[in-house]
Amino acid sequence: MHQVRGIATFVIMALLATAPVLAYLGGAIFWIDIATRLVILAIAAVSLNLLLGFAGLASFGHAAFLGIGAYAVGIPVYHETYGGLDWLASYSGWVHLAVGVGGAALFALVTGAVSLRTKGVHFIMITMAFSQMMYYALVSLQDYGADDGLSIDLRSEFTGLNLDDPLTLYAVCYGSLLLVIFLSWRIVNSRFGQVLVAAKSNEERVRALGINTYRYQLVAYVISGAICGFAGVLMANYTVFISPSMLEWSRSGELIFMVVLGGAAFLFGPVFGAIVFILLEFYLSRFTIYWHLPFGLLLIASVLFIKGGLSGLLTFSRAGTPGASVAGNPKE
Amino acid sequence: MDSAILITQAINGLQLGILLFLLASGLTLTFGIMDLINLSHASFYMLGAFFCASLTLITGSFFLSVLLALLATGLVAFFVETSLIRRLYHREHLDQLLATFGLLLCFDTLVHIFWGPAGIVMPLPAWLNGQVGLGGVVLPIYRLIIIGAGLLVALLLYWLVAHTRTGMLIRAGASNRVMASALGVDIKMLFCGVFVLGSVFAGLAGMLIAPITEASIGMGNDIIITAFVVVIIGGIGSIKGAFLGAVLIGMIDTMGRAYLDTLFALFMSSNAAETAAPAISAMLIYLLMAVLLVVRPQGLFPPRLR
Repeated sequence: MHQVRGIATFVIMALLATAPVLAYLGGAIFWIDIATRLVILAIAAVSLNLLLGFAGLASFGHAAFLGIGAYAVGIPVYHETYGGLDWLASYSGWVHLAVGVGGAALFALVTGAVSLRTKGVHFIMITMAFSQMMYYALVSLQDYGADDGLSIDLRSEFTGLNLDDPLTLYAVCYGSLLLVIFLSWRIVNSRFGQVLVAAKSNEERVRALGINTYRYQLVAYVISGAICGFAGVLMANYTVFISPSMLEWSRSGELIFMVVLGGAAFLFGPVFGAIVFILLEFYLSRFTIYWHLPFGLLLIASVLFIKGGLSGLLTFSRAGTPGASVAGNPKE
Repeated sequence: MDSAILITQAINGLQLGILLFLLASGLTLTFGIMDLINLSHASFYMLGAFFCASLTLITGSFFLSVLLALLATGLVAFFVETSLIRRLYHREHLDQLLATFGLLLCFDTLVHIFWGPAGIVMPLPAWLNGQVGLGGVVLPIYRLIIIGAGLLVALLLYWLVAHTRTGMLIRAGASNRVMASALGVDIKMLFCGVFVLGSVFAGLAGMLIAPITEASIGMGNDIIITAFVVVIIGGIGSIKGAFLGAVLIGMIDTMGRAYLDTLFALFMSSNAAETAAPAISAMLIYLLMAVLLVVRPQGLFPPRLR
């Protein structure tokens, strides 16, 4: 079973690495665009999976981190071009990365410190509310286009890398995805990660061992937010456009969908989820402009008809522990 | 500070609070009683607005349209509860979230199919469109009517929950679902009734706001999150908490947007205040929520006996 999954994962990752590039070189430039978006969303979903899949923390606000990362490219570029805010203005990709990842980590630290004091359904709603707070804050920024968003005139500059080239951008994103998955693998298999996983199945027992689970979860929240911020930096370089709509809560919902569909606290799961989501979006939207209707119906059907519901897919099965609850508090 | 503007702003804040209460009352009931997290609540807000706007254009009577639209919203809610929602009560919260998110996408698209991508502007009858002078302050009648209608619903809900047999059953279901069921309460009926009632209130909120903003696709998707904040602040399952929380949030949000720049200008340059104030006032209610959660995680008025 595990071997089959291993082989399937390898094949899919290999296909993802080669197929869009071959299509691009063969003249079908369209696919690399889709694949780039897919890979960036997969990175965001991998970051969410650290919380949702492994730590059992259902964050419904990850779009905020994506947005922070994206604005961390847009705002410095805007000021470098049009003046103002000299301390922030820059075309340098390293500055964008530092601001995006750092900003997302800081936002995660502050909001996580509050959100993690609560459990279950409170946690879901509070992460959602904080994400919405960021959304409104960006909507109120008239300088950066408010509702309408802002075009980014230049992509992040890295010496030796030209992100304007679709192949280079894709290579960077794909490499980042592998790196982020590797990082998650190291985290999950460290003592730190094992504490998180243990706290997911029985938090009280872990506490009784004298471990402050709150601190562990907060660190996990910050790491996850930082990675998602990184995905946001890539996203801005892909879309060359930022707008508050990147932070709409339905974006967070889509990320959850990807993670949950990928399933089983599995490192590559979010990549599969992202593939399914992107293909659904692509084919359904080609078939009808009303593609959200079949997508919504599919979502409902998968909750109703997959055994144990979609969230049942997230049950950590490797150690054979049955039915650890995702939302934190099992129902009576 | 101009006192006439202050009163106008207070009325605006109260009106926002009333709308939030209409939304939050349904949310807090379905939360507290059925343990259901329901994103599609936003859809009923939108449906109410569209039904009412269409009916007004057909019948010409605002009042009649509201009544018919309430009925239509209730019917849709009944259909949704019996076909889908009742299968979700015993599910994980994450499942409920995903399924109701799917439902919300479906409703948004269905409205798009039936009514087209643009919103509907809803005309107000002349007798509601006027203004009234109160002690030197000119107020739009319609805003007062929204507030009045909201207060009426609040009173009705209070009477229903605190003084009727149905209300007793609702309270029993909220404090101990299993026990109430064991005592012979028809939980299925009760849950269905509560869901429909909550959805109808959400629909009413949509109808009341439609003449001001127009009915548009996804109009409920943002305000629903604010309603969640109200539910958290008020305490999950508490109607009283929902009411006071909603008015508090409505006031703070409106006042923040109106006066924060003046306040900031007291201790920073007016330029900086003009930049910072809109962002901070947009974040104000969430900051309030954060502070409150640190001090009182269970909310301001958590229902007893949970």
